[in-house]
Amino acid sequence: MKKSYQSLEANLTNNMRQVIHRKLSNNLLRFSLIILIAFTTSISAQEDCDPVKGKSLFNANCAACHQLDKKMTGPALRNVEQRLADDEGLDRAWIYAWIRNSAGVIKSGDAYANKIYNEYGGAAMTPMPQLSDQDICDILAYTAEEKATPPSGGDTASLSPVAPVEPGISNEIILGALAILFMLLAIGLYLVNKTLRRFASAQNIELPEETKGTPLWKAFVQNQFLMIVVAIFFLLASAYYVYGYLSQIGVDQGYQPVQPIHFSHKIHAGDNGIDCKYCHSSARVSKTSGIPSLNICMNCHKSIYEYNGETSPEYSKEFYDGEIQKLYAAAGWSDADQQYTGNSQPVKWVRIHNLPDFAYFNHSQHVTVAGVECQTCHGPVEEMEVMYQHAPLTMGWCIDCHRTTNVDVKDNAYYTKIHEELSKKYGVDELTAAQMGGLECGKCHY
Amino acid sequence: MSSNKKYWKSVEELNENSSIVETLKQNEFVAEIPTDEFLGDKETLEATSTTRRDFLKYVGFSTAAASLAACEGPVKKSIPYVVQPTEIIPGVANYYATTIADGFDFASVLVKTREGRPIKIENNTMATTNGSANARVNASVLGLYDSLRVQSPKRKDGESISWSTFDSETTEKLTNIAAANKDIVLLTQTFASPSTSKLISEFKDKFGNVRHVIYDAVSESAALDAYQAKYGERGLANYDFSKAMTIVSVGADFLSDWQGGGFDSGYSKNRVPDHGKMSRHIQFESNMSLTGANADKRVPLTPSQQKLALAKLYSLVTGNNVTVNGLSESVETAIANAASQLRKAGSNGVVVTGINDVNAQTVALEINEFLGSKAFDAKTPIKTRQGNVQAVAQLVADMKAGKVGAIIMSGVNPVYTLPNAADFVEGLSKTELSVTFSMKVDETSSETQYIAAAPHYLESWGDVEFKKGHYALTQPTIRPLFDTRQFQEALLKWTGNDMSYHDYIKEAWGTTILGGSSFNKALHDGVYVGSIDTVVEDTTDADAEDTAEVPSGNAARTLAASTQSNGLELTLYTKVGMGDGQQANNPWLQEFPDPITRTSWDNYLTISKADADAIGLTNTHVANGALNGSYANVTVNGTSLKVPVMIQPGQAKGSVGLSFGYGRTLGLKEEMQTGVNAYALYQGFNNVQSVTIEPAAGEHEFASVQLHNTLMGRGDIIKETTLEIFNTKDKKYWNAVPVVSLNHVETPVTSPEVDLWDEFDRSIGHHFNLSVDLNACTGCGACVIACHAENNVPVVGKTEVRRSRDMHWLRIDRYYSSETSFEGDNEKKENISGLGSSLSEFGEMENASENPQVAFQPVMCQHCNHAPCETVCPVAATSHGRQGQNHMAYNRCVGTRYCANNCPYKVRRFNWFLYNGNDEFDYHMNDDLGRMVLNPDVVVRSRGVMEKCSMCIQMTQKTILDAKRDGRQIKDGEFQTACSAACSNGAMTFGDINDKDSKVAKLKEDNRMYHLLESVGTKPNVQYQTKVRNTTEA
Repeated sequence: MKKSYQSLEANLTNNMRQVIHRKLSNNLLRFSLIILIAFTTSISAQEDCDPVKGKSLFNANCAACHQLDKKMTGPALRNVEQRLADDEGLDRAWIYAWIRNSAGVIKSGDAYANKIYNEYGGAAMTPMPQLSDQDICDILAYTAEEKATPPSGGDTASLSPVAPVEPGISNEIILGALAILFMLLAIGLYLVNKTLRRFASAQNIELPEETKGTPLWKAFVQNQFLMIVVAIFFLLASAYYVYGYLSQIGVDQGYQPVQPIHFSHKIHAGDNGIDCKYCHSSARVSKTSGIPSLNICMNCHKSIYEYNGETSPEYSKEFYDGEIQKLYAAAGWSDADQQYTGNSQPVKWVRIHNLPDFAYFNHSQHVTVAGVECQTCHGPVEEMEVMYQHAPLTMGWCIDCHRTTNVDVKDNAYYTKIHEELSKKYGVDELTAAQMGGLECGKCHY
Repeated sequence: MSSNKKYWKSVEELNENSSIVETLKQNEFVAEIPTDEFLGDKETLEATSTTRRDFLKYVGFSTAAASLAACEGPVKKSIPYVVQPTEIIPGVANYYATTIADGFDFASVLVKTREGRPIKIENNTMATTNGSANARVNASVLGLYDSLRVQSPKRKDGESISWSTFDSETTEKLTNIAAANKDIVLLTQTFASPSTSKLISEFKDKFGNVRHVIYDAVSESAALDAYQAKYGERGLANYDFSKAMTIVSVGADFLSDWQGGGFDSGYSKNRVPDHGKMSRHIQFESNMSLTGANADKRVPLTPSQQKLALAKLYSLVTGNNVTVNGLSESVETAIANAASQLRKAGSNGVVVTGINDVNAQTVALEINEFLGSKAFDAKTPIKTRQGNVQAVAQLVADMKAGKVGAIIMSGVNPVYTLPNAADFVEGLSKTELSVTFSMKVDETSSETQYIAAAPHYLESWGDVEFKKGHYALTQPTIRPLFDTRQFQEALLKWTGNDMSYHDYIKEAWGTTILGGSSFNKALHDGVYVGSIDTVVEDTTDADAEDTAEVPSGNAARTLAASTQSNGLELTLYTKVGMGDGQQANNPWLQEFPDPITRTSWDNYLTISKADADAIGLTNTHVANGALNGSYANVTVNGTSLKVPVMIQPGQAKGSVGLSFGYGRTLGLKEEMQTGVNAYALYQGFNNVQSVTIEPAAGEHEFASVQLHNTLMGRGDIIKETTLEIFNTKDKKYWNAVPVVSLNHVETPVTSPEVDLWDEFDRSIGHHFNLSVDLNACTGCGACVIACHAENNVPVVGKTEVRRSRDMHWLRIDRYYSSETSFEGDNEKKENISGLGSSLSEFGEMENASENPQVAFQPVMCQHCNHAPCETVCPVAATSHGRQGQNHMAYNRCVGTRYCANNCPYKVRRFNWFLYNGNDEFDYHMNDDLGRMVLNPDVVVRSRGVMEKCSMCIQMTQKTILDAKRDGRQIKDGEFQTACSAACSNGAMTFGDINDKDSKVAKLKEDNRMYHLLESVGTKPNVQYQTKVRNTTEA
């Protein structure tokens, strides 16, 4: 849990930085926009409505069904007030009435209300009586904002070429300088040597000739003791490496297959801080953690049809949006009609953590009873753009953990008696899983 | 000198001119080595481009490639639901209450499903009145995944059609037939279903000339007629044996399938001595049945003698004088004793009979009425048998005469089960429309114009009235696997009703049964006990028969006057494993050893030793110990069958037995086509026939799992005592702990000083023990099948069973006494002295007595605390857990089989072959459909590893985990194994002995407790409770 909070904080600060940055760079643009709006929309100019507050209200109350520029469960709301006023001649009073009690408006026989009600398949809008006039005004002010040209794209474009280059250049310069320095040194040494020899010959000093002994390798071969030691060393080394090779067979640590849909745990668990067990809910009660069914995805992705977070050259916004489209195709969701077509196509994920059939592992035992963090075994999932196998999943790995991990016996009536008795027996206060019997063969192999 | 010695290898060598010796000198191998098969064809040899060198290259390459490829793991796909049903969590089992009602077996059950697949049948403990799941019901889940099921409606020629085609064609024909005023016949199993009855009456209203004939393959017609004559309603008297202290049965095998079965749990309640009291059970019978094997006193009697015995019993109990002649003196005494005990017991006594005769059944009812028996209940009749043999016989005659326009069958297989099947087939061809609702292309459905693909009961809706006022619901536990439709849905379609059968039941229950109670609750519970006044009209045309009241005493007099039969009398019976034969394609049931003969994959003629000797029939053991038997021709009124012979201790002289359910020919795999069809001899629906038997050529190979039948006086395997001794003598007398000599002092083997091993502290945490009560165990075998289903135990087939390679983790040993009682055996063994005596008398003890005492003993891994298997495993694949379970790590086992050799209980099983996905073992584990029944929590073992009972560690671990998750202590009774959960007789109790208040901890301290082969010092965690027999006469 701690980790996900941390990431949430990091996420918040990131956003804040972005906001500040945008304010600095686009100050002028924004100012001109506001002036523009002030001229075009007379009503919002009259009252003191805050589009920033409106945005948060919109996201909290409306975004489940409405988007600004896209038809969803309900109609797109960009410039809704203007549109209603221009096309239907409806004023703000009507909007107040509609938002607070749409059913009432429909019942009253209002023509437009009935038209829109039927257009959206008789789905009544959730009444929002809690919204004050000011709130609605703020929301309307937000909806009346012009569609902003995507500023983030420009930002990254202007920033990205600069940022990564800097360390690259400096490294190369340092390395180059070092190489030149060494070259100079070598040349210098050679020159010194040459000069010294010249001095020697000039002063007629005889340089001693090098005597030829037995070559080193021959001496080495002739030394039987050394040979035996080396042979033993080589044999041991090869045995070590062969053993190492054999024992990694079937161990797929780092296995990172390409999945049919590029699902980024980094975006979901990291950037957005979604709890692991929101999607992998069966980890709490079952032996399997469960790959979430597509209806779990659609809980959010019904309204999240595009990606608006950070991108990289490898994974662009278009790429992510394409992956969301893949999800829609699989779930049989028609984004245009905002309804299920019924043509679903189950996703064939590639299984990453393959425990052999003869080993029984139960998620709920570890997640619910022991309270082990998912990351303990699965690694920094919230940082994984592509999921991979973090742990070796070998028996030694399991056992190491069972030997060192204390059992969480607090507030669990099941453990009360056994904990008391075992603590007395071993003379310790905390018991490891191994002391509790977690190393017995039959606990995992049956 | 020595060089002159000539050694010879066979007698033949002594013959100087022997041609054989000469040939063998020249030729090492007697048979030609079949080299011609692969080298003979020169052309193909030369045509091939592969040279020897190339061949070796290929071999080398493929070996290298295979070993390299083995290092690479396969890519596994994981496919989640698109929309996950809210009630399904992958990895967590769901349980549904439902009801099996296949016409032969009726029981309320709980179905365990995993990821939407039913994988196991368990007892519905809420349904105490509706019988419990027997071996066949436990095995019925496998029928759902039968690869030979009909997958869509078909015409006779095998062409698949759609249901709409089926509807339009059949409706048109039905309408025409109805218009022509010809008979429309519904020939069905006993549904005992109020909704179906209602539906059938609506069908009658719509088409007019409709006749509903209910047909039970194995008829209880006599008992039904007797009950109807006496009480005016078609049903069977209900018995609750838990209220009976003296039980006299004349030919009734009430512990298996007599009158629908399900009486065993009540029976077992009073078999356990409580405050010095237990029931007394006297059995008169011809075949050695499960019931007879459990009786305190068993009197072998031929069927015709049984009639006399019953009449005599009636006379003695009621004092209503009936003259009976022709009973031997010893039988007379036995009857007199039984009668006096019944009179003494008064309302605590009960008499039942299985004689297929209206008078006999009436007599039994009259005796019970006279006694005022508490166990006898005529007010809530059993409804699960309603067949009417006269109506069936009339139907066959009418069909043959061409009077029947249309016949629609459901749940019956008359071409297999009728003795006059040929007449039925002829009659079928004369009908204008014939439809069978069937799961298989079986003997009957292959003869009808349409096969309406029927669903398994686990895919169907339904309701059952077990007994008057005792209802149960059937609900689907899986979506239909195939394009099937149940009979009731079709009736709705034909009557033009758009309702689904589910809605129909719900409506019918709402108006007539529930009386305001919640339907959903009834569905959740699976059972509903209503007020007794609810009467649902019976739809059988039963008015044809005579319903005249038989005056008291007359029935007995008629019975006494019944003619004695000359020659041998055949009693046809149903086996615990196979029943009426519907589930013949179920490999679990085929391999299930019969509790009495311990033979699987067969039916056979049981005959007494004396009769077999007289006719010249033998049973022999061949070199590997397997059993062979002679064949005999069994002839009844000109119909003859060639049947293998099994000499059966306890079979009444002058009688033979043969079981139904075998000899199926269609709708099942070749391996399952075993045995002979005994229905051919079921003439006039009478299970007793007069037969002639002659020896026939050939020897039959049986697949028996127990080849030694007697205990040889080894009283420490099954400890036995009598109620009298149990009540009067000290435990030391009848259940002494064995002692060994330590420094010339007798020390009990349980004391640590005489132990090879050091004691391990097991007082902390759980310590599991399983208690098996030999008094409550009837040997029914439900636990064996439950163990199969829970632990993915493979089926190995007849030839492998014959090689003693059966894989049952749990076996129920059956022992016969070689004297008249086991006590006699012990005495005889004790008195053997000297070589001559031991040679002759041990030899004698190998043979069972003519009418032996029988004892059953379930044996599974004993989970010894000091296990001999663990010490000999070279790779530590088997080790002990703190919780008392002997663990077996399959992936560690290298298959030395040392453990099996060192196990004193012989409970370890070796995988000689790969039993899954292997065409040589074409049972359920060889196809994708059949593998759906596998328990995902238990490993499917591979070739070359040892396996054995794990004490269902997956179940105990689950119970512990559930408690940990809920943060609570575990209550007694929560821990279960598959066998203990399946045992409705209370013979198996499982639990934690460190929980001092638990039932099993108390049983461990019980005086009756002993361990199997205690003298070996293995300290098992399975305990047995000494068998006590109530031998007190009068």
